[in-house]
Amino acid sequence: MSTQKIIIAGFGGQGVLLIGQLLAYAAMMEGKEVTWMPSYGPEMRGGTANCTVIVSDKKIASPLVTQATAVAAMNGPSLEKFKDLIVPGGDLFVNASIITGGVEKEGAKIHNVDCMGLAAELQNTKVANMVMLGAIYQVTGVVSESSIKAAMEKTFTGGKAKLVDLNMKALYAWKG
Amino acid sequence: MKEKVLMKGNEAFGETAIRCGCRFYFGYPITPQNELTEYMSANLMKAGGEFIQAESELAAVNMAYGAACSGGRVLISSSSPGIALMQEGLSFMCSVQVPVVIINVSRGGPGVGSIQPGQADYYQATRGGGNGDYHLIVYAPSSIQEASDIIGKAYDVAEKYRNPVMVLADGMLGQMMEPVLLPEMKEALAEEDIPKVKPWALAGHKDKREHNVIKSLYLQTEQLEETINGYWGKYETAKKELPEYEAYNLDGAEVVMVSYGSTSRIVLEAIDLLAEGGIKAGLIRPITLWPFPYEAFDKIGESTKAVVSVELSKGQMLDDILIGTRGRWPATLVSRTGGVLIYPQEVAERVKEFLEGVR
Repeated sequence: MSTQKIIIAGFGGQGVLLIGQLLAYAAMMEGKEVTWMPSYGPEMRGGTANCTVIVSDKKIASPLVTQATAVAAMNGPSLEKFKDLIVPGGDLFVNASIITGGVEKEGAKIHNVDCMGLAAELQNTKVANMVMLGAIYQVTGVVSESSIKAAMEKTFTGGKAKLVDLNMKALYAWKG
Repeated sequence: MKEKVLMKGNEAFGETAIRCGCRFYFGYPITPQNELTEYMSANLMKAGGEFIQAESELAAVNMAYGAACSGGRVLISSSSPGIALMQEGLSFMCSVQVPVVIINVSRGGPGVGSIQPGQADYYQATRGGGNGDYHLIVYAPSSIQEASDIIGKAYDVAEKYRNPVMVLADGMLGQMMEPVLLPEMKEALAEEDIPKVKPWALAGHKDKREHNVIKSLYLQTEQLEETINGYWGKYETAKKELPEYEAYNLDGAEVVMVSYGSTSRIVLEAIDLLAEGGIKAGLIRPITLWPFPYEAFDKIGESTKAVVSVELSKGQMLDDILIGTRGRWPATLVSRTGGVLIYPQEVAERVKEFLEGVR
């Protein structure tokens, strides 16, 4: 792995920032260089939200991403906004629960992920974002399973500690 | 070995200040630095400190003035228009020589402006937005790690020079997360030790010495001039002792860019893009903005044909570059402003264009 630049985008409340945070946390635990940069603005639940995560073996210069190795689009507007930033051969993860009717993007490998449907099979639609995290992890291999688990254990503490198992299950809900 | 933690810039600034013995924070909410105020509200009192959300920036800066006069380690923070409202207090604190650390997580201006990252507070920070003969000492970190290291140093510099020190960050550094190795927790100065370390502080004379006076009003003009001349020497010392910069890739560089803070990271990527096009470019990154590291330009070699200021403002830093280059190279500005970020591709293209013009 040299450098992976991942954009995760959706609407506020979908947990896109948490996907990025867990990736960043896991990468840090592996001793890699990492930056996590959120969009910020006068947003609210339902508004737009996105973050970019860069993971590298080398020191990271600009935390901004103009060419992404992967884009995860949790809703339609995010897909339109970011799909053209994907480098040739990059990965496009599409939240197929919301973006229906198929997606085309020349030069990108498209992965349809039914985040809500797969989360519902686990009896908890709140882990839809973790289903997407799982798809990103399985395809890009940007971080290891054990470091994602360690990141979850650091993030979900106190009353939320019991959620680690469910979230880890969600990581494998998508089968490619 | 100590572990790195993944933190938002704003939170890391606050945690670092607490670990460096800061026990007083006064603030008023403003984007994009709200997480810093929030962090202090949740954590400063646990460390035995005092947090007050003031009713305005003017109140916050004057609370800081009071706490600093009594010998406390104080942090105040805000973002551009909020920092503008604090200028009166900063001028007062400089006039009476009390140390305080102030963090500006700057955004687009002028006026209320925008809430996205900006660097248009350069004049405000380095030339003084308040009245009178004074300087702020200004540091401009480019990563969360560097910001944390600098905040620790800022308290020592502020107390050594008895002067406010500003850490000029921006919305990008405040909002992003990076791994950071925080400093060890340091105990705050005990109240009874304040008179020993800060003999000027209003910490109670207990009938054992003359009472200290801290005042900023002089009706006798000669007294005021004498006071200013009395402290001016420290600024001359600061100009010798404090300037810091990082020089990158200057050897054989055809063009040298000058950039500070988070923007300098975008320039590093532009340097790679220019190299792909066969242009060797270098970077001078001022770490102190006041005093400005003018001597950095003496490191530029004969290969260099042009100097370019890359900043998120309309050429405010270019003024210092013109002082530093003294006409030895043509210098120009590549910038965006108002909270619009500049991307490496745009920097590379515009630098190339300017270079072709001077070749």
